[in-house]
Amino acid sequence: MELTELLKNGKFVITSEIGPPKGWQVQHQLRDAETYLKGLVDAINVTDNQSSVMRLSPLAMCHFLKERGMEPVFQITCRDRNRIALQSDILAAASFGVENLLLLTGDHPLLGDHKDAKPVFDLDSVSLIYAVKKLESGEDLAGNKLEGEPPKFCIGAVVSPCADNIDSQLFKMEKKIKAGAEFFQTQLIFEVEKFAAFMDKVRENFGTDIYILAGITILKSVGMAKYMNENVAGVFVPDNIIEELKKDKERTKSGQTGVEIAARIIKELKPLCHGIHIMPLGWDSKLPEVLKLASLV
Amino acid sequence: MIITEIKPEEEITKFLEKRVAIIRCIGCKEAYFPWDKVESFVSSSLPELGIQVVLDLSVEYLCNPEYAKVYHEKNKSCIDICDRVLIFSCGVGVQVFSTIVEKIVVAGCNTLYIDGFQGFMPTEYSCAQCGDCILTLTAGICPITQCSKSLLHGPCGGAKNSKCEIDSVLKQGIECGWEKIYQRAKKLNLLHKLKEIKIEKLCDYQKFFTEPKRLNSH
Repeated sequence: MELTELLKNGKFVITSEIGPPKGWQVQHQLRDAETYLKGLVDAINVTDNQSSVMRLSPLAMCHFLKERGMEPVFQITCRDRNRIALQSDILAAASFGVENLLLLTGDHPLLGDHKDAKPVFDLDSVSLIYAVKKLESGEDLAGNKLEGEPPKFCIGAVVSPCADNIDSQLFKMEKKIKAGAEFFQTQLIFEVEKFAAFMDKVRENFGTDIYILAGITILKSVGMAKYMNENVAGVFVPDNIIEELKKDKERTKSGQTGVEIAARIIKELKPLCHGIHIMPLGWDSKLPEVLKLASLV
Repeated sequence: MIITEIKPEEEITKFLEKRVAIIRCIGCKEAYFPWDKVESFVSSSLPELGIQVVLDLSVEYLCNPEYAKVYHEKNKSCIDICDRVLIFSCGVGVQVFSTIVEKIVVAGCNTLYIDGFQGFMPTEYSCAQCGDCILTLTAGICPITQCSKSLLHGPCGGAKNSKCEIDSVLKQGIECGWEKIYQRAKKLNLLHKLKEIKIEKLCDYQKFFTEPKRLNSH
């Protein structure tokens, strides 16, 4: 079922994500998804050449998930396709029965493994949402009529609640909502108070019909936390969490500390938002334990 | 610097209020400047709308920050009593003057592409000759050239400590263009203008770096 339906029914929605392989063989990713995610999460995001590193097309991966009875969220960035290719792939998604889209600007190619690639950005996240709404109305971006029935999607976007400048985030979020975004998945959250303040502003500015799924990850090491603090936009791991990771090196290494931190943050966030989006960053196998500890299964 | 055309009159007048200071840049004599159209706009259209022209200045090379500062100082008393500064120049001129004057600057021209003609004055500002200037809405800072992704609708979320995400690789201190736009718009009380960029707004690549021989069509 599409995500908005679940959210409207008041379900606390759980999503996670998989990254397609750098190669054509998808068995490994599909096995992980079937083993650790299927039945536990409501939908699985498929990332689009994440961090600008070239990989198998997310559209193909969405198709394979669908075939195996899992609900995909097709992530589409504006980095690699112009407005013709974007609309074309979105129609292809509809033909595969993909119902959920997450529409993003995308990282710059300089961040990835093809630094010399042409950055496209013909559309951006706002105009891409607008393009999807146009397709849903039965027309393409240029105003030409589509053949047959128009597609119908559940439209998602992203926001960064703990960013340096929250006002400019809300400015962009407002545009995404005006364009037609129905749900938001957020950047990773470690600061619950900041997130609560963000949710107050969301309610104040946009009312209660906008659904927010808070971003969660499982911290693997002190190094990972420090790296994110220095390099990842909109993410800040507070000192008390870093101290917790430092305390027992073996437990941190085994993943136990990270699992406990993630579960605790989820419990704290649950009354504030409509769901969570877990980005396991390779630790898919730990997801069932996180959900169990957070009393979500 | 390059080739400009005057914007549709309504697109200019909707941003004007009671008193306006006008600056026309005629520095690049080889290039096309829509002189006649600007003249009739200033001498007939503005008076008809009851807009007072306090200053009507023709200058050379507004793209040169040193010249621009002198133009501003010499005419400061006139500019200070105006509520808007209307500039007929290429996009570089508008951007340079916007950094000097603490006023709302209205761009009067669209800057079009002309092959092999890239201006005389090296500055930190650039005009991509997109043919659809929105500097009036973006506090005089160009999102096409100051944002590494040329985004029209706000910051991408990739900036860390106000630095653009590409700076994590390039290490040149590149600032987030949209953060600059947002902060300057806030300072000038112009945030409502940023919201006027409609969600359906797209770049028109028919105008942007377009076909050769554009000059001949004027």
